[in-house]
Amino acid sequence: MVAPTEGYNLRLYVAGQTPKSVAAIANLQKICETHLPGRYNITIIDLMKDPALAQRDQIVAIPTLIRHLPEPLKRIIGDLSNAEKVLVGLDIAPT
Amino acid sequence: MAQDPNACAGGCVKADVKSEQLPTIEKAPTGIQGLDEITYGGLPKGRPTLLCGSAGCGKTLFSMTFLYNGAVQFDEPGVFIAFEEQPGDLIKNVGSLSYDVERLIAEKKLAIDHVHIERNEIEESGDYDLEGLFIRLGFAIDSIGAKRVVIDTIETLFGGLDNPAILRAELRRLFEWLKEKGVTAIITGERGDGTLTRHGLEEYVSDCVILLDNRVVDQLATRRMRIVKYRGSAHGTNEYPFIIDEEGITVMPITSTGLSHDASTERITSGIADLDAMLEGKGFYRGSSILISGMAGSGKSTTSAHFADAACRRGERCIYFAMEESPTQIIRNMRAIGLDLQRWVDKGLLKFSAKRPSLFGLETHLASMHRDVELFDPSSVVVDPISALLGAGVTGDVQSMILRLVDFLKARAITAFFTNLTHGKTENATTDIAISSLMDAWLLLYNRESNGEHNRELYLLKARGIAHSNQVREFLITSEGIKLRDVYVGPEGVLTGSARIQQEAKEAAERLLRDQDATRRAREIERRRRQIAAQIEVLQAQLAGEEEEAGMLEGEATAREQRLAKDRAQLALNRSASRQDNQEKGR
Repeated sequence: MVAPTEGYNLRLYVAGQTPKSVAAIANLQKICETHLPGRYNITIIDLMKDPALAQRDQIVAIPTLIRHLPEPLKRIIGDLSNAEKVLVGLDIAPT
Repeated sequence: MAQDPNACAGGCVKADVKSEQLPTIEKAPTGIQGLDEITYGGLPKGRPTLLCGSAGCGKTLFSMTFLYNGAVQFDEPGVFIAFEEQPGDLIKNVGSLSYDVERLIAEKKLAIDHVHIERNEIEESGDYDLEGLFIRLGFAIDSIGAKRVVIDTIETLFGGLDNPAILRAELRRLFEWLKEKGVTAIITGERGDGTLTRHGLEEYVSDCVILLDNRVVDQLATRRMRIVKYRGSAHGTNEYPFIIDEEGITVMPITSTGLSHDASTERITSGIADLDAMLEGKGFYRGSSILISGMAGSGKSTTSAHFADAACRRGERCIYFAMEESPTQIIRNMRAIGLDLQRWVDKGLLKFSAKRPSLFGLETHLASMHRDVELFDPSSVVVDPISALLGAGVTGDVQSMILRLVDFLKARAITAFFTNLTHGKTENATTDIAISSLMDAWLLLYNRESNGEHNRELYLLKARGIAHSNQVREFLITSEGIKLRDVYVGPEGVLTGSARIQQEAKEAAERLLRDQDATRRAREIERRRRQIAAQIEVLQAQLAGEEEEAGMLEGEATAREQRLAKDRAQLALNRSASRQDNQEKGR
């Protein structure tokens, strides 16, 4: 399997500053720093501020992480506390 | 008692107390014909209602109708959260009910949000909640000021997400949240094995639960609806049939009809003058149920057509429920006997509703008949033949269905004409469906075989409240319609048809003979009278002659008498002279 060469474009959907949201942001940053140093780009979207995006991007659970790039689109829900599952979900081979 | 609602625990006056004194729950009308009646006003306003049923029983259409009617009739915008169908499909599907959903969306009276969840696209890692769904729902509600919400089918979440514990907690939160929002919601759920819903949604939504069912009995499907519970409200508890067709959804609260209808004293013609004559010359009572039973080809449909024609002639509307013939066929056949039904159809007075009994189940038949009656509002109805419905269900069901139909028509003061096909013996005073006791009037049509031909006879077996004729009449279908003739009853027995004609000819000949005899005898008498008169004349002439002679004789006698007297006097005179002589001589 060829490792993706382009950068990871990730979006994390949260709803306000809930403990789960805060935990998810922290967990994501930690995972990316460990496994994708310099190859990632995280956008955090607060649906409380922009609720219309929930429908557009088909968000049901919070927090939801969507990998836009590389293709195909991947979704991971939860506070990302299980790093192994996040890596599987993002198709990142553990280093 | 009214002061203390607890005094009557048995519920004897509770209903009154509730409606007068205690606050009742507000209701959101669904606009679905019939449903608002059996729920006494609609679904609980501001609360979620669970709508459950197996696949294909009409949950989605039901919910969409609720939203559509809300937006169009009650100015309550609605949100449809679809878990199963794409908005495009949904719009197309309800387009078959002539719901213009796209227009409502454009007018911001309706919003559709499709929630797509695919298990294999989602990886779960750690704790989560469904706040995203709440946000979407909240956003959709706020964007159009929705008062109504449909969530169809939320149980899809159980298939899409792994953690049932989180889901259950979130569902509980969702329903609480909907209540707080004050929206009237319908949550649909797939029927589970032995439970109302597969994932036990009824635990969370407990204010109102409606169960839809599409049952197949003898290859005929009937949709039924039942209100399983309705907290804080009275409701009809039966299973009610409902139909989905191009007119939308109609629920039939038909078992609720009672025997409280008014009895009209107005009389209406049966359309057959001779039959009216058997009914005190005035015909049937308006609003009565008339059964006409007979074997095949005994003239039931023709009689019905006369009845329908008579109703239209009065300028009243009539529905002809044809179970065995197509409208054009009926019109053609009736034209042959001088009835032009087409003109009434053209004028909008006569409506044919031709449906095969096997087209759908009994309840659906009844429901569609109800709907036709409600929409067309006729004064008369013909069901031809009611016995055909036997093919649509078992006898007991058919009977109860017809009972409800009769009740329904009576309650609306509609005069109903039912035909019933009988088999076997000609004089069969029972009906296959045992409905004769429901009927106010019962006409029997026989088709009797005698002398190598079949002749139709009509007998008015009963007519409640009418001093009707007890005579069997011969029933003739002529090119000018139906005519009733007195049958020949006499020493030769009861004769009909050619036998009657023959007998009548025989009698006419006899009568002629009798007439001739009488004239002959009259002539004879006249002749003898004249003869006697002539004899009298002769005798009188004779008498006159004799009288004349007698007179003559008398005259002669008198003359002779006078002559004699004169002679005697002369003689005496002569004698006295001579006596002097004699005396002289003798001395």
